Amino acid sequence: MSLAASLAAAIVDYDAGNLRSVQRACHEVGLNAEIVGDPESLLRADRVIFPGVGAAGAAMQSLHRRGLGSAIKEIIARGTPTLGICLGLQISLDYSEENDTHTLGLFAGNVRHFKLADPSLKVPHMGWNEVRSVKAHPLLQGLEAGDEFYYVHAYYPDPIERSIVYAVSDYEQEFACALGRDNYFATQFHPEKSGRVGLRLLKCFSTWEGTC
Amino acid sequence: MLSKRVIACLDVRDGKLAKSVKFVDTKDIGDPVQKAREYYEDGLDELVFYDITASSDKRRIMLDVVERVAEQVFIPLSVGGGVRSVADATDLRLAGAEKINVNSAAVQRPELISECAEAIGNQNVVLSMDVLRVAVSAQIPSGYEIVINGGRKPMGIDALWWAREGERLGAGELVVNSIDADGTREGYELNLTSRISKAVRIPVIASGGAGLPEHLYDVLTDGAADAALVASMVHYGDHRISGLKQYLHGRGVKVRMSW
Repeated sequence: MSLAASLAAAIVDYDAGNLRSVQRACHEVGLNAEIVGDPESLLRADRVIFPGVGAAGAAMQSLHRRGLGSAIKEIIARGTPTLGICLGLQISLDYSEENDTHTLGLFAGNVRHFKLADPSLKVPHMGWNEVRSVKAHPLLQGLEAGDEFYYVHAYYPDPIERSIVYAVSDYEQEFACALGRDNYFATQFHPEKSGRVGLRLLKCFSTWEGTC
Repeated sequence: MLSKRVIACLDVRDGKLAKSVKFVDTKDIGDPVQKAREYYEDGLDELVFYDITASSDKRRIMLDVVERVAEQVFIPLSVGGGVRSVADATDLRLAGAEKINVNSAAVQRPELISECAEAIGNQNVVLSMDVLRVAVSAQIPSGYEIVINGGRKPMGIDALWWAREGERLGAGELVVNSIDADGTREGYELNLTSRISKAVRIPVIASGGAGLPEHLYDVLTDGAADAALVASMVHYGDHRISGLKQYLHGRGVKVRMSW
């Protein structure tokens, strides 16, 4: 492993799930991504992926313990192209109902638990669902009607500003599944597990300059 | 709206497909990695590997298979067979499996479900249950009994109760495998699948008995299943994943049609 001054891409490790599937998918699209768990490495990266699976409470504790919360805010403030995935997106809002957790506040809004009237609908929302673009974004380039992505989550993002919503999905109710502002883009679905359409998003990310 | 999933299950013994597969190109007969790749490119939604390797000293072979598949198949990958501890689950996760299936060991020691849920997250723990139809009794009020060791050993546990207990202990999903239907190719056990699916709030994958496309239709509608597991009907080349999905789509079942 090279200790060069900069990293092509860093995948943030904060004890929130298995990150190797994200890394493998990055390699598949030609993005040399390394898994890093310290603020210094993160700050050296040309682009950053902020993934995560698990509970919001434990994730925030781990981020703070490793000093990564402020590092993530810093890389986003300085313009590094950054992609949040699943729990990474959720803890980017202000607050999550999961474990009553105050989160990073990169986007204004809350994360809420699915409360579904139809008893035949299962929670977590697990499986493939259509992602509909509501606004063009470089990372959603090539997205067509009917394209589906893989989801696993029991909580969903509820941002205050509609202007940051780039795509939505339906699960009894419509919910925002892709949020973005400037150099930060985040998805509730898992591009690394979504076959060709997911790899396409990661490929777009591998050359994205951080503008939208 | 969430799509119903078509999941392929590959039984692997000592790193090879347990049932020999008739390939047109005979060079790669029995290679689970090639089969996985083929299904992935044909629209498969999720893949399950079941390790039926008898001796534990050959476990490493399975980890290699999982690693090689994870490098080229970018859909959820689930692995089961002989998972007895959090360490087994963690090894498979590091090799590239998303979800871990527990079965017999969880019946014998139910805490295994909560231990795995704690270690790798509820959504990644799949409780796979083998179920046999029996006479209704005080002990088995549903008339469906849990069996282990590949269906050989009845456990005196009611399947409906076990499904709810598995959910309570932290399983994120259930595989309901009917021993009666398994291998018959005459259709899934619809009554069993629908009763379990309606008894829990977690997704239910129907398994055992698929032989025709309409069997998938039946279990995803009347059977109330969230996903249908297929094995020999696709392994022997009688049906293709894309063909099954076309059929379901044509009959109005929501499935992923773009891949």
